[in-house]
Amino acid sequence: MEEKTQKKKINRNGNAYTFIYATVLVVVVATLLALCATGLKERQRQNIEAETKQQILSTVGISSEADAVHTDFERYISRRYAVKRNGIVDNQIDAFYINLKNELTKPEADQQLPVFVANMPNGATKYILPVRGNGLWGDIWGYVALNDDLNTIFGVVFDHESETPGLGAEIVTEAFRSQFVGKSIFDAQGQFTSVAVVKGGAAPGDAHAVDAISGGTITSNGLQDMLHRGLEFYRTYLGNLQRELMPPPPDTTTMSADTLLQVIDMEHIPSQPNSIN
Amino acid sequence: MSDKKEKTPWFGPAQRKLITEPLGVKNPVTVLVLGICSALAVTAKLQPAVVMAISVTVVTAVSNLILSLLRRTIPTRIRIIVQLIIVAALVTLVSEVLKAFAYDVSKQLSVFVGLIITNCIIMGRIEAFALGNGPWASFVDGIGNGLGYGMILVIVAFFRELLGCGTLWGYRVIPESLYTANGGFYENNGLVIMPPMALIFVGAIIWIQRKRNKNLIEE
Repeated sequence: MEEKTQKKKINRNGNAYTFIYATVLVVVVATLLALCATGLKERQRQNIEAETKQQILSTVGISSEADAVHTDFERYISRRYAVKRNGIVDNQIDAFYINLKNELTKPEADQQLPVFVANMPNGATKYILPVRGNGLWGDIWGYVALNDDLNTIFGVVFDHESETPGLGAEIVTEAFRSQFVGKSIFDAQGQFTSVAVVKGGAAPGDAHAVDAISGGTITSNGLQDMLHRGLEFYRTYLGNLQRELMPPPPDTTTMSADTLLQVIDMEHIPSQPNSIN
Repeated sequence: MSDKKEKTPWFGPAQRKLITEPLGVKNPVTVLVLGICSALAVTAKLQPAVVMAISVTVVTAVSNLILSLLRRTIPTRIRIIVQLIIVAALVTLVSEVLKAFAYDVSKQLSVFVGLIITNCIIMGRIEAFALGNGPWASFVDGIGNGLGYGMILVIVAFFRELLGCGTLWGYRVIPESLYTANGGFYENNGLVIMPPMALIFVGAIIWIQRKRNKNLIEE
């Protein structure tokens, strides 16, 4: 015993011993962590999936417990599909399983953007659009529920990977989110404006701005960019749907849909002259 | 080594001292002044403070145990790196387990779980105790120091949540009707929520402790 310890003590400072020790340690630890991560992956995925469903439901004011969330989601989120940037709808794809992060790295023409259509208990229809962007430390994402005028925000929910607690992480709070209710993403002329997050406070009554978070400037700016960029992807789709749901004004009825689309795409005229506020 | 362990009882006065000392005269936060950063960060609310205390206790105890077992084999030149790898692996495990089984809490603690790695108590106890003592004593020492840390966290979080939010463990303690918004006279103290006030609370605890125990006052 004594001799063995003595022998080890000498070896402990050798280069070979140090290298081998480090290698073995790293391999053992890495294997353990890999096993643990793989073993817990399914449970974690389920947690995240349930949370995502809860978040989507919360944008339309439905709060659901973790055990009932799957049935509630099926009940209220009646239609889920994907749209392309050019507004073409693909009903074959379940929006819930689209990974928006991956889609955004694809070429524009291939991107499939998720759309969730909620049928409210009172019969109203809400359109929920996911958005994704960058905060200060990591990704931020959220869901924006629009009323059936496809302009007014009914509710939002935001989440983040690792924003600073107490500062940037405040975007998840009810106090911050409730500011968005009733804001509109198109202006009176039907131009896309999104909702700005204004440092120092939005002007009272501004339909396109909310207050930023003190001490969370970079997260606030990231959120503003996320909304602007993310919602703009849906602009053509929203324009199409607005025309479908609302009778167009007389002066555009003579135009064919294609011409109208073309004109909107070129941004020569306001996309929606009769936008409702 | 092994016969020595058989002679001493598993939970004799020596082991008990390892638990009680960190709660009092050898408190890691107020006397050794370790782990201050996280004590400031997670104590705005009681619940994250308690989960943090439990997580730190587990990590300190297990890392002390593992490193005490390995202590005769660790190459001296990469000693700190080896300690760090073990601690980091344990913290990652804790974080993954929380994500799988206590998802809400893990969301609340967010980055702070990962930051357990940087908690000086863990490295401090490994260096100061586990590398020179047996596995069982090291494990007990880890538990004791985790509890000592947790105790301060809970005390600070209790006052911060009560004075800053008027709640405890998320439940309202100070009635809504007392607030100025509802015609009362009471207002939450927003400053208490800020980390600097946690430092003042910790300072107050240190003050009280030294007042009561003159041995702690430096010459």
